[in-house]
Amino acid sequence: MIQQKVLVINVKGLHLRAAADVANTAATFESDVWLCKDGVEVDAKSIMGILNLAASMGSEVIVRAEGADEGEAVRAIVALFNAKFNEEA
Amino acid sequence: MADKPEVVINGIAASPGIAMGRVLVFTRRDISVPFRHLDTGEAEVEKKRLEEAMARAREQLLETRDKVAVDMGESYARIFDAHVMILEDKGSLAQVLEKIEGGYNAEFAFNAVFSKHERLLWEKGDTYIKDRAGDIRDVRRRVLSNLLGARPSRGDLSKIDEPVIVIAHDLSPADTAQMRKEKVMGFATDIGGRTSHTAIMARSLEIPAVVGLNDVTTRTTDGDSVILDGNRGRLIVSPTEETRKKYAEEHERYESFTRGLLRYKDLPATTIDGHNITLSANIELHDEVESVLEHGAQGIGLYRTEFIYIGREGLPTEDEQFLIYKDVASRLAPDPVIIRTMDLGGDKFISSFESPKEINPYLGWRGIRFCLARKDIFKTQLRAILRATPFGDVKVMYPMISSLDELVDANTVLEEAKKELEREGHEFNNQCEVGIMVETPAAVMIARELAPHVSFFSIGSNDLIQYALAADRGNEKVAYLYQPLHPAVLRFIDETIKVGKESGIWVGLCGEMSSDVVCAYVLLGLGIDELSTSPYVVPEIKEKMRSIYFSEAEKIARHVLTLRTASEVEQAVLEKMEKDLPELLL
Repeated sequence: MIQQKVLVINVKGLHLRAAADVANTAATFESDVWLCKDGVEVDAKSIMGILNLAASMGSEVIVRAEGADEGEAVRAIVALFNAKFNEEA
Repeated sequence: MADKPEVVINGIAASPGIAMGRVLVFTRRDISVPFRHLDTGEAEVEKKRLEEAMARAREQLLETRDKVAVDMGESYARIFDAHVMILEDKGSLAQVLEKIEGGYNAEFAFNAVFSKHERLLWEKGDTYIKDRAGDIRDVRRRVLSNLLGARPSRGDLSKIDEPVIVIAHDLSPADTAQMRKEKVMGFATDIGGRTSHTAIMARSLEIPAVVGLNDVTTRTTDGDSVILDGNRGRLIVSPTEETRKKYAEEHERYESFTRGLLRYKDLPATTIDGHNITLSANIELHDEVESVLEHGAQGIGLYRTEFIYIGREGLPTEDEQFLIYKDVASRLAPDPVIIRTMDLGGDKFISSFESPKEINPYLGWRGIRFCLARKDIFKTQLRAILRATPFGDVKVMYPMISSLDELVDANTVLEEAKKELEREGHEFNNQCEVGIMVETPAAVMIARELAPHVSFFSIGSNDLIQYALAADRGNEKVAYLYQPLHPAVLRFIDETIKVGKESGIWVGLCGEMSSDVVCAYVLLGLGIDELSTSPYVVPEIKEKMRSIYFSEAEKIARHVLTLRTASEVEQAVLEKMEKDLPELLL
């Protein structure tokens, strides 16, 4: 199991399209992937789960994965957060 | 014929522009969800029905998606990809199926699961996250109407055959995507915020829109004549001939100038005789920064920070605020950003807070009074602002100052915040300018005492007028008393500017007065250093400033200070402008 803490640094937080990006990315991995915020953990492959975290700008999220490609999965999702989900300005 | 009286309803400006025309009230009856217990063996039938309804919803969404991709571009189309993902969310589907197996019909089961998600999102999260509840609702309604075989009765906005102004309780992104500029001149809704997808799409489609009008659907009926003012966020029902004329002129100006005006974008606001004033913009949300830059404002003259606090669970942390302020400051740099510390109370309340119901909120616990009572919250904001100072030209401004003690106390908290940051090794600009909003008559009268403690004054004209004239402009019965050119108001402004000049500090004005050409002319003449308006108005005011003589403005300003009534003032200024600058009034 691998986990890494990441800060939501984009203005709009984990909004609709960002959540869609995370879910789509998570789905490409075989491992189970979760996001955790304030003690609530959700399936990172579910857009609904991610939206329900209501992670706004400045919140801290833990990305956790377990499975054959867990390292890649965590890295890919953390990279999305850090790239501000490739938001247009 | 007894005309209906003119009614002005104030809301939130969601998309700029002005539209005049007839109303079409767009009603989507709330879908009533049938409930029944299933007989044994019926669960499979219900699952099949659900499956079909969802498959159809998927097709509909993809169809809209493709249409939007062509009309508005791929980034808007992605909203609908995400809607498909919401629709197909495995966890939610499992919960729905479980309920069906537990003996509930498909409509009920689906509605229960998806409404719960909506409620959860609505209850937590900031404005951006909250507005996502609308996305889930859109998907939920679509599936429900498929299940119920309901035709979207009047729900098809693409079928409108004459140009109208659409009024609705709420519009989904899908509704908005169907709108065509030729047929929908503008829209107004009861609910919604500036960051709802509906508002964002309206801006992209360049359809004027006002949201958050509370009960506009109950106050208008089909065929009513209205003016929709997307620049100021208001809807005027049954406008008088006079209002109509004023807006027709403004509408024309807006249309013909908007494009052309942007060529002034990179030019300074300098009068023909070489007098400079700063034109900056007011913002409420950080995504408005784009618009500030596009319209060539020379900085942000008023950043209202209430939205960071409103409609969320818990208070925003220092880091959260710091990231926002830093983002705004660095995008505007080297132009200044004046961050006004939160002005909660009045008409804005903080949800994570027990705000006592007040009989007279505008005279109550708001602005600096609230900040000084809750120094913990105040200091957190000041620390976040200070930490953003190395990233641009950040200035701090306190709202609602009415005594010297308040200003001194606020500055003491600021000094404490600086000391703490220094101890903790955070970087900040120790020389960061501090100013106050001059919006109470008391502040004007003690301006001389306040000036030594600040670097600037910014006149908050909306509140100053309302306090000076003791008239609530939200109250239809006394709104006529709200006169920006009232001699009392002008003398207050004149006094503030005079004290500023004598004390060597600059004086600006943020408030709607600055976006009115006649008022702006007088303000220029009174010697104002800065005007801060909605970003959309900046190019127009700039163009005017570039075609007038400061010396002439000064003359008329001196003259109107001797007049006795608001109408005398207005008449004198109009006459002067008609004589010297007829093209300005066009």
